[in-house]
Amino acid sequence: MSARGALAEISASKELLANLTLRELRGKYKRTALGWGWSLLNPLALMATYSLVFSVLLRIEPPPGKDGLTSYPLFLLCALLPWTFVSNTMTGAMESLLQNANLIKKTYFRREILVVATVLSFLVSFGTEMAVLALAFLIVGSMVVPWLPGVALLMALLTLFASGLALLLAVVNVYFRDARYLVGIALQLWFYASPILYPIAYVNENLPGWAASLYEANPMVGFVESFRDLLYVQQAPPLATVGYLVVVSAGVFALGAWCFSRLEGRLAEEL
Amino acid sequence: MSSASPAVVVDAVSKRFRVYHERNQSLKAAVMRGGRARYEEFWALRDVSLEVPVGTTFGLIGHNGSGKSTLLKCMARILRPDSGRITVTGSMSALLELGAGFHPELSGRDNVYLNGSILGLSRRELDERFDDIVEFAGLGQFIDTPVKNYSSGMYVRLGFSIAIHVEPDVLLVDEVLAVGDEAFQQRCTEKFADLKYEGRTVVLVSHALDSVRQLCDRAAWLEHGRLKDVGPPGDLLDEYVGGQRAERSTVETGGSRWGLGGARIDKVELLRPDGTPTTVARTGDSVLVRLHYTSTARIEQPVFALEIHHSSGVQVSAPNTWEARKVPDVLPPAGVVELRVDRLLLVPGVYHLSASVGDPYGRQIQDYRHHALRFSVMHGKPRESTGLVSLGGVWTLREPGAQEVRDTA
Ligand SMILES: Nc1ncnc2c1ncn2[C@@H]1O[C@H](COP(=O)(O)OP(=O)(O)OP(=O)(O)O)[C@@H](O)[C@H]1O
Ligand SMILES: [Mg+2]
Repeated sequence: MSARGALAEISASKELLANLTLRELRGKYKRTALGWGWSLLNPLALMATYSLVFSVLLRIEPPPGKDGLTSYPLFLLCALLPWTFVSNTMTGAMESLLQNANLIKKTYFRREILVVATVLSFLVSFGTEMAVLALAFLIVGSMVVPWLPGVALLMALLTLFASGLALLLAVVNVYFRDARYLVGIALQLWFYASPILYPIAYVNENLPGWAASLYEANPMVGFVESFRDLLYVQQAPPLATVGYLVVVSAGVFALGAWCFSRLEGRLAEEL
Repeated sequence: MSSASPAVVVDAVSKRFRVYHERNQSLKAAVMRGGRARYEEFWALRDVSLEVPVGTTFGLIGHNGSGKSTLLKCMARILRPDSGRITVTGSMSALLELGAGFHPELSGRDNVYLNGSILGLSRRELDERFDDIVEFAGLGQFIDTPVKNYSSGMYVRLGFSIAIHVEPDVLLVDEVLAVGDEAFQQRCTEKFADLKYEGRTVVLVSHALDSVRQLCDRAAWLEHGRLKDVGPPGDLLDEYVGGQRAERSTVETGGSRWGLGGARIDKVELLRPDGTPTTVARTGDSVLVRLHYTSTARIEQPVFALEIHHSSGVQVSAPNTWEARKVPDVLPPAGVVELRVDRLLLVPGVYHLSASVGDPYGRQIQDYRHHALRFSVMHGKPRESTGLVSLGGVWTLREPGAQEVRDTA
């Protein structure tokens, strides 16, 4: 395709991307009384449940944050919100191509757009939730504002990471419909293999050194810890961690995009 | 874009489908097969090459399963050919079988915007065209109902309306005319004429051969995924329908003949009023049938007769010079005999013309040319599609006591 053709395709796609993202967003809470309220109520309910179980009953002690702040709910949310974003994106992306089979079989557009629209729609919820979380930090008297640009950058990096996984899973799921159940199980394991409910210190205390470094290879560990560093402890995350996340995210994205372009050719006939 | 370069170039395109024995994309099935899906390959297109010149209306014909829709989808980039290349110059929009890619839960309005943006229109451009789109589709207040509640005709009408209002350089259409009602088909036909006038290229898949004949400048015939023939639709369709190429208007061969041979009909022609030979006419056209003969024997009271058979075999008409009282005493050694038909009142279809010369009682046939000429009739005036002949009637509608309301002559 000529460069001009490619440019035209991309600029035409912007409109479509916006349209599809809005459709996802509108569709999500359509015909519900609370509408968008659900988008915030859901993480709040999770936070309440986890706090009750892990903080009140199991007495997990969150490490002290900035200026001696100790709040399990805030500590939890710094990790839970990014995690929910990643896991929602993965499950949502796996449905995105199947649900839009009709469009794919009848019209031509860059198929990636469907997946990216799904990612973006979850990013909007994620952004809203993070804004509310920042507000909560301000309410308890923690001056989080200077760290917000860093948080935004980290969110962008997490979006890159999630998009790569989304592209990969979306297209694999079309050819191999068991993928979604496998991913469902994998997400359960991954959730507990990331320091979301508990402080990472527990891992270092209870696991031998080699197992702890294996544990830290999980990029979600780096993401979760970096979000906590920025919001809860209010310090810059270690450069090595950030570097690792950049490399992993770029790699995952490249892998996802490559697999997608390899496999998208026969989408219309496989759906 | 130079007008010389074709709008669509299909270059040695092949497309292979996988036909799974057991459509089971599950883990258990994959493990039991040892990781590989078991399927057979099926070539839906095999080495197809053709060019669609800019501004032409191009028909794709062929039997069910011959690969027409597959080729159109390859052009629309929905399917990727396994080998070969397709180049489309300019913007393109497509309406494939069973309507556009609508989202069933969304209203017609939302689908217009969604589809419009897929086809590359901005919101503002869509706002401008929205009323025209709804108007052409004739949907009225239904535009705000979810499309899952549309009838199949409404579905296709909206899809077609969007596809043409994008004003594409190349429009791909698969079997839409089949679903719309007569009024919509008429509007589509007019729209195709407009598109052609505006210099746009249309690729049309249709089993409605009369429409192909009427609308297309060129046509391609696919058979079992291979290109069988490309050419002007008249000849191609005759061949497709009859399985045999129609004789030219100047017949030298073809058809069977018998007779005593004292006189011979050398040539059978169908002529337009301006004298050019043709094999295509419209209902209501004025045409001339001309027979050229030579005679070597002395033939008294020669009678020329014609027979027109519909392709189904029914004899439609059989005029002769005996009943018309145009019988000379002796046949000259050479000459022409003409039958002028001021209004050809045949309905659209394919017809065969047979001609003979003999005596008044049919006992001594000098030459009988069976199916000497094949010709086709397209829609004209009056516009009638079924039956054997049109009676050339004129409709009038009146309300009781009122003046004449409408005259559709
Ligand atoms: N996704 C698919 N998977 C497997 N085979 C397919 C697929 N799509 C089409 N085919 C096969 O390819 C062949 C050509 O199909 P196609 O739809 O192009 O035919 P067509 O000429 O449009 O026929 P029709 O006149 O019935 O519309 C058919 O035998 C069909 O079964
Ligand atoms: Mg078809």
